[in-house]
Amino acid sequence: MTVAAQGSLLYLDAVSVAFDGFKAINKLSLVLEPGEMRAIIGPNGAGKTTMMDIVTGKTRPDSGDVLFDGAIDLTRHDETTIAELGIGRKFQKPTVFESHTVQHNLELALNRPRDVFSTLFHRTTDEDQRQIDEILDTIRLTHRREEYAANLSHGQKQWLEIGMLIAQEPKLLLVDEPVAGMTDAETEETARLLRDIAKTRSVVVVEHDMGFIRELDVKVTVLAEGSVLAEGSLDHVSADENVIENYLGR
Amino acid sequence: MISSFVFRALDRRARGVIAILLAVALLVPLANLGLPSDHPLHVPNYTVGLVGKYLTYALLALALDLVWGYCGILSLGHGAFFALGGYAMGMYLMRQIGSRGVYGDPVLPDFMVFLNWQELPWFWLGFDQFWFAAIMILAVPGLLAFAFGWFAFRSRVTGVYLSIITQAMTYALLLAFFRNEMGFGGNNGLTDFKDILGANIQADTTRAALFSASAIALALAFLICSGIVRSKFGMVLVAVRDAESRSRFFGYRVENVKLFVFVVSAMMAGVAGALYVPQVGIINPGEFAPANSIEIVIWTAVGGRGTLVGPIIGAVLVNAGKSVFTAAFPEFWLFALGALFVAVTLFLPKGIVGAWSAATARLKRQKAKPPVDAAASPEAAE
Repeated sequence: MTVAAQGSLLYLDAVSVAFDGFKAINKLSLVLEPGEMRAIIGPNGAGKTTMMDIVTGKTRPDSGDVLFDGAIDLTRHDETTIAELGIGRKFQKPTVFESHTVQHNLELALNRPRDVFSTLFHRTTDEDQRQIDEILDTIRLTHRREEYAANLSHGQKQWLEIGMLIAQEPKLLLVDEPVAGMTDAETEETARLLRDIAKTRSVVVVEHDMGFIRELDVKVTVLAEGSVLAEGSLDHVSADENVIENYLGR
Repeated sequence: MISSFVFRALDRRARGVIAILLAVALLVPLANLGLPSDHPLHVPNYTVGLVGKYLTYALLALALDLVWGYCGILSLGHGAFFALGGYAMGMYLMRQIGSRGVYGDPVLPDFMVFLNWQELPWFWLGFDQFWFAAIMILAVPGLLAFAFGWFAFRSRVTGVYLSIITQAMTYALLLAFFRNEMGFGGNNGLTDFKDILGANIQADTTRAALFSASAIALALAFLICSGIVRSKFGMVLVAVRDAESRSRFFGYRVENVKLFVFVVSAMMAGVAGALYVPQVGIINPGEFAPANSIEIVIWTAVGGRGTLVGPIIGAVLVNAGKSVFTAAFPEFWLFALGALFVAVTLFLPKGIVGAWSAATARLKRQKAKPPVDAAASPEAAE
């Protein structure tokens, strides 16, 4: 099993999971190369979020292999360990620490030792501050750094969460519907931001917004009913009979 | 490392609170012992005993606030840790009685003689030494919290389910300690104490010293809590409270975070119990009653959870109210307590301290610029 996975960053082979008999994921296979950015589209209930749950350790698959970095079996680890291995995740609904300031949200996300005693005696270093400033600049929230995250607009929260993921310095980033509820201008900015991030790490984006997918200009995987329907460039999959029937046509 | 922890703990507000507590620890005993009883500033013995008790309650409320206000763990069983600390102290005090008991047995406490026991059970060994009892005061509540938290947090029991099992824990201990065979004095508990550290427990000087010890313990716990909540770990606590799974996906081991803070809190509650028992002169299984644990929650809610001063103010005010009320209208106290809790939940969701800081913040804003939307942190539910 590991031979095929060699050299890949994320490798899913024949993964299935059922909830009360409903097959949310059905023999799903997917390979992601290091440094690759991938868009995943598909109708509601296609299993996009469940797939992310499996990769990040929230859900255990009933069968199949999920390998990270070609060798690490993700099905044997929990969310925390998987986050430490270098997989970051952005939720569909923007989730930030609302009673902390923007600055503190980023500080919490920084890739530093996270055990009880390290955090208890941690002192914010110049390096921490430099990194936070840099990310604030990238996500354009420098002017709101002292604001409580609760007081940010929807779009700003989305950006803050993306910023926190940058701070986490993962090898692989899973992003669930990053532009839901954003204005066109914000959507465009987000596409730019994600393309920037993808220069240094692998990114998987789940999205409904076809305009946004076009903007990203990356390989697309179409999911339907828990398995892969088609894969290729956006033009290629848009022309696919199956995809038109199952997704686009509706 | 430690020095930076302490330095951070001592911000302006914390310095003020600790200074007040230390002043109380020094001045109240002085005013009690040093001034003649007709002096206007004389503090009567009765007040020293009463306020000393309130201070141990304040320590208990502070311990609960650390887990509830900051980490969102609503423990309805903190009374159990308090009672266990109290029993550990009670066992030490029992063994200080020696042959002065009713039955005059040099080793066995009266209730064991009464039950016809021939020798001391193994778990009473060592309690004749204060240092051993002192370790147990921290270790027994700490270990129970560790074992309980290990299973509960690892299986991700949260919210109301966790509250219910903490309540069940204290209830189970209540039933166990009622049994004579347990070896803790059954429903009479432990009482008739004579000496503590060689000093007569009834003496005015001893009672004043216990008062001081309670105030100093509270100041010390305040310092530790302040250091914890002002560290990066304190930020993690709040993060776990507000968005538990988000913190997990950022690589924080939530179960360890909760376990650490739960154990620290249980130990503080144990110390509170240990200081409470010599001041009231008795410990019995009634201290495990679920209602006691719920009262702690009310003190904390009234004062303001998620603030460190709040639980102290809440515990002192509610208990002072209780002392006055139960003397004047004994049958109405429980109704008053219930009404207080409902009123605080409805009108002061952040307690007295929360309402106070909101009001001062509003004043400041009105002076500075036209009103903007409140910056108060919201209650994000997980």
